[in-house]
Amino acid sequence: MNKPVLGLLLGAVLGAFDGLTALISAPETQDQILGIVIGSTAKGIVVGVLVGWYASRVNSLAKGMLVGLVVAAFFAFLVALAPNPDGSHYWVEIMLPGSIVGLIVGYATQKFGRTPARA
Amino acid sequence: MMRLSDEIIGHLREVATWPELPPERYVVRRPIGRGGMGAVFAAHDEVLDREVAVKISNTAESGGDLDRRLRQEARVLAQLEHPGIVPVHDAGVLADGRWFYVMKLVHGETLIEHLPRLAGEAAVLSVFERIAEAVAFAHAAGIIHRDLKPSNVMVGTFGEVLVLDWGVAKVLGATRRPAPDRSGSATPRDRDDNATASGTRIGTPGFMAPEQHRGDASVAGPAADVYSLGALLFWMLIGSSPPAALDEAAHALGTAPGRPARRLRAIVVKCLAPHPDARYAHAGELVEDLARYRAGNPVAAHRESPIERAAAWFGRYRTFILLVAAYLVMRALFAFLQR
Repeated sequence: MNKPVLGLLLGAVLGAFDGLTALISAPETQDQILGIVIGSTAKGIVVGVLVGWYASRVNSLAKGMLVGLVVAAFFAFLVALAPNPDGSHYWVEIMLPGSIVGLIVGYATQKFGRTPARA
Repeated sequence: MMRLSDEIIGHLREVATWPELPPERYVVRRPIGRGGMGAVFAAHDEVLDREVAVKISNTAESGGDLDRRLRQEARVLAQLEHPGIVPVHDAGVLADGRWFYVMKLVHGETLIEHLPRLAGEAAVLSVFERIAEAVAFAHAAGIIHRDLKPSNVMVGTFGEVLVLDWGVAKVLGATRRPAPDRSGSATPRDRDDNATASGTRIGTPGFMAPEQHRGDASVAGPAADVYSLGALLFWMLIGSSPPAALDEAAHALGTAPGRPARRLRAIVVKCLAPHPDARYAHAGELVEDLARYRAGNPVAAHRESPIERAAAWFGRYRTFILLVAAYLVMRALFAFLQR
């Protein structure tokens, strides 16, 4: 599977799963779970495609993982910017796991993805 | 009267033994080596302006055994166009009736000299795979080498690996068709390019297959080369040729410093099996199994237990599994802290 497609699929699956975990880590968000899952999946897809695209340009495991970490952390930061009803933010709860998802996508695209053929 | 020093006389004597190649085409520069079958000289190709190596049979008897083997070697090499096999540029007969052929002059060192530079299993396997690939190519073309050993492998200046000395190679399934001589007519002497009488021992002790050692060279097939490749890999890993008994070889591999992995040991042991049927059928199978080993996949030479399979799978995806585990642990931790 080529790297951008692998990144997209992995980002979507991990994003959806990451969104669903809100049911456990933040049960009070149960009535918003559909929006959380959709938002998290969309975030995963964007991160996955970006990281996969980078992996198809640069063949380096370390750089791929670093880019995955940074891109995912950035998008998780954007999500965490939205405050809770009480005004607090889930900085750590969103950004830390989100960043690890980026690491996973960065690693997987570099390690298991195939560089698309260029014309 | 001028006196010549011993050094000059020695040099003149040596030069007098140099072959008289067609001067408009080749100018002999220096001797490179001499073996039982022939001598190799560095020469300059005057037409193409390049350095070449010229191999000339040791005998002046045209059509004799050595002459025939040299011609056979040239023909075998001419059929094998592969990066791991020295290309032949030209062939012919000297004025004194000896056969010669011209090939690429390889700058480098033999595997014996090169081995100390190979640090670690990956470097050893990288070189060995290229040897095995060249032999696999020959097997696919129906040719077996029959004398694979460290001194018959050359590693070039730029890391190219070349399998040399195809003088005792055998063309499998060769029909005894007459081959043309210089005038284009067939000669009876040309008729058997493989001629190896039963009872003739071909190969090098320590690296030859048991069937070759018994003198069954005429029945030796690709599996004989597989044995020699196994012996070569054993030598590259351990530093000595394998003992004749298979269990001793297995024990030596298992107890050597920097012990090779179980699957790699199994590959070597399969190559060294006393019976040809128990080895890889040809070098191509060995190359495929080595590629599986290098990729961390199960190999045909070793049936793995479920635990070994699981361990290999974990080893293959270790980082990925650890990253996913780290993520799950973190999620579980947040869930726990939430309560």
